[in-house]
Amino acid sequence: MSVTAWTFVLVGLSFTLYIGVAVWSRASSTSEFYVAGTGVSPLANGMATAADWMSAASFISMAGIISFGGYDGSVYLMGWTGGYVLLALLLAPYLRKFGAYTVPDFVGDRYYSQTARIVAVVCAIFVSFTYVAGQMRGVGIVFSRFLEVPIGLGVVIGMGIVFFYAVLGGMKGITYTQVAQYCVLIFAYLVPAIFLSLMITGNPIPQIGFGGVDQESGAFLLERLNGLHSELGFTAYTSGAKTTIDVFFITAALMVGTAGLPHVIIRFYTVPRVRDARISAGWALMFIAILYTAAPAVAVFARTNLLNTVSEQPYAEMPEWFTTWEGTGLISFDDRNGDGIIQYVGPDARDASGATIQNELTIDRDIMVLANPEISGLPNWVIGLVAAGGLAAALSTAAGLLLVISSAVSHDLLKRGFKPDITERGELIAARVAAGFAVVVAGYLGINPPGFVAEVVAFAFGLAAASFFPAIILGIFTKRMNREGAVMGMICGITFTAGYIVYFKFINPAANSAENWWFGISPEGIGTLGMLLNFAIALTVSRFTPPPPPKIARLVDLIRVPRGAGEAHEISG
Amino acid sequence: MTHPSDPPAVSNQDYWRRNLTYVGWLLVVWFSISYGAGILFVEPLNRFRLPGTGFPLGFWFAQQGSIYVFVVLIFVYVFLMNRLDREFGVDEDSE
Repeated sequence: MSVTAWTFVLVGLSFTLYIGVAVWSRASSTSEFYVAGTGVSPLANGMATAADWMSAASFISMAGIISFGGYDGSVYLMGWTGGYVLLALLLAPYLRKFGAYTVPDFVGDRYYSQTARIVAVVCAIFVSFTYVAGQMRGVGIVFSRFLEVPIGLGVVIGMGIVFFYAVLGGMKGITYTQVAQYCVLIFAYLVPAIFLSLMITGNPIPQIGFGGVDQESGAFLLERLNGLHSELGFTAYTSGAKTTIDVFFITAALMVGTAGLPHVIIRFYTVPRVRDARISAGWALMFIAILYTAAPAVAVFARTNLLNTVSEQPYAEMPEWFTTWEGTGLISFDDRNGDGIIQYVGPDARDASGATIQNELTIDRDIMVLANPEISGLPNWVIGLVAAGGLAAALSTAAGLLLVISSAVSHDLLKRGFKPDITERGELIAARVAAGFAVVVAGYLGINPPGFVAEVVAFAFGLAAASFFPAIILGIFTKRMNREGAVMGMICGITFTAGYIVYFKFINPAANSAENWWFGISPEGIGTLGMLLNFAIALTVSRFTPPPPPKIARLVDLIRVPRGAGEAHEISG
Repeated sequence: MTHPSDPPAVSNQDYWRRNLTYVGWLLVVWFSISYGAGILFVEPLNRFRLPGTGFPLGFWFAQQGSIYVFVVLIFVYVFLMNRLDREFGVDEDSE
């Protein structure tokens, strides 16, 4: 069977599975819609969290970024996993004990303030929309490349599926569909990784294989790759080019951003007890780690294969995948010296006489995972499987984000904000309408993506790091933190971070280089500084303003201990 | 829903202090492995290899080791806290 036929079969089967699961687990109450009736087992919640968290960016882009960045790619590996330690130790158990439906719920109740609630709602909606647009774009790329339908139609099909199970099933439907999606995506990621590891190193475990010996040359694979890199004028693979301070700050911003993302936090409301929230963060990270430890291995295999296949080879003899990707514009070759041979080199490349060699090949790093099975000549069904896995990753994350948007509107804005007398039925209808509306907007953004999707994602992490994280931490770990401190902290943290990113990314992109950055911190890492600023301002302002009312101290005491009467947020009234 | 066995406030303070101690130590490990071994001291560590493999040590901590340690840290925290909950009688099993 051809690649397209296999892709149709595997994507079709996986979609049927998701719809089947969604029909079986429809939601019938607001509690089921928002938090799956708090009846999800920790293991299932861990798996669903993993699928929710691992988006098209993790599945499709990350190994490619590492492949091209080498050591620099570590910021994503550590940043996007280390955040779970913060989540498990500092946030998840306490938020579960608090027992609300959303993140703005916590912020609004703990800081006895509608202003704080509204600031939190706006952040939650902005962060989620940013993300969801990127997911829809991923869906479109997979459809257009492997099923040969236009990107627009691909997005509409993806939207239809998400609409069906997010609107019908709410959190309950999403959770169980995400469990299925996790299984699909991890299988689809590991199969080619294991194949490649066996082919190149003879070891079936990719995580160990990429530290092993390359079967062709008998040398350590990483040393051979470093050798290839220095021959071709690239920075050594295991060293990287970013400065230490920038790596430090980007990693921190991604970690804290992860711990502050509303669609991740909200998952810990769905388990029955506090101890389940703790352990389910552990399961989630374990399921994520399976993919995240395989990704750097895939990156090394892909890099080695790519250099072997294209470097100094005649253009006319390039395999079929090369031409197909050229057709999408994601690979381009410009024969500058007219010798018909591909010179793929880094900035420091010199020939024997010491003259600079010009690079002739541009490869979009986003295609590495999708193209890898073809580059290595793996069977057609593996290629179809990777397409199905990419879709699973994109759809599961999109659904989780849509739920945050819909609950922010129906619960935080209507029920707890402008229309407190809304009936259960009315709230459920509002939630579904909001989810439907969000799907349509997300789909529109997926078909007509703003040119700056990648930049906006950095924005989302920076904002989550600089806004929610300090407000929630201070709300749990200090009793003295009051409304004024938290609101001022959030506003200053957001404004500072947003200002820095907007300046370097949109107003003055020409100045976006290390010599103009403050302390050498790139816009991707500035969220860390924004977070520190938020902490500092919140603590200072709270010293000079009245302490919170006594009932807040009782609320904090209740949150800190697993056992206790009922749901903690009920006493805050 | 009240609990006649609800512990007095003083023991809750002890519980909270113990919790903070655990969290503090676990975060020290979290920081030393990722920011320490994986970022700040990556270059000196890269002069060594992870025994028996081709991994430069710092590179391995940044791309593999830190992730394994993160997973272990969470499970250690769960174990410590469940034990602490039972010790102070604030676990949810007897509700």
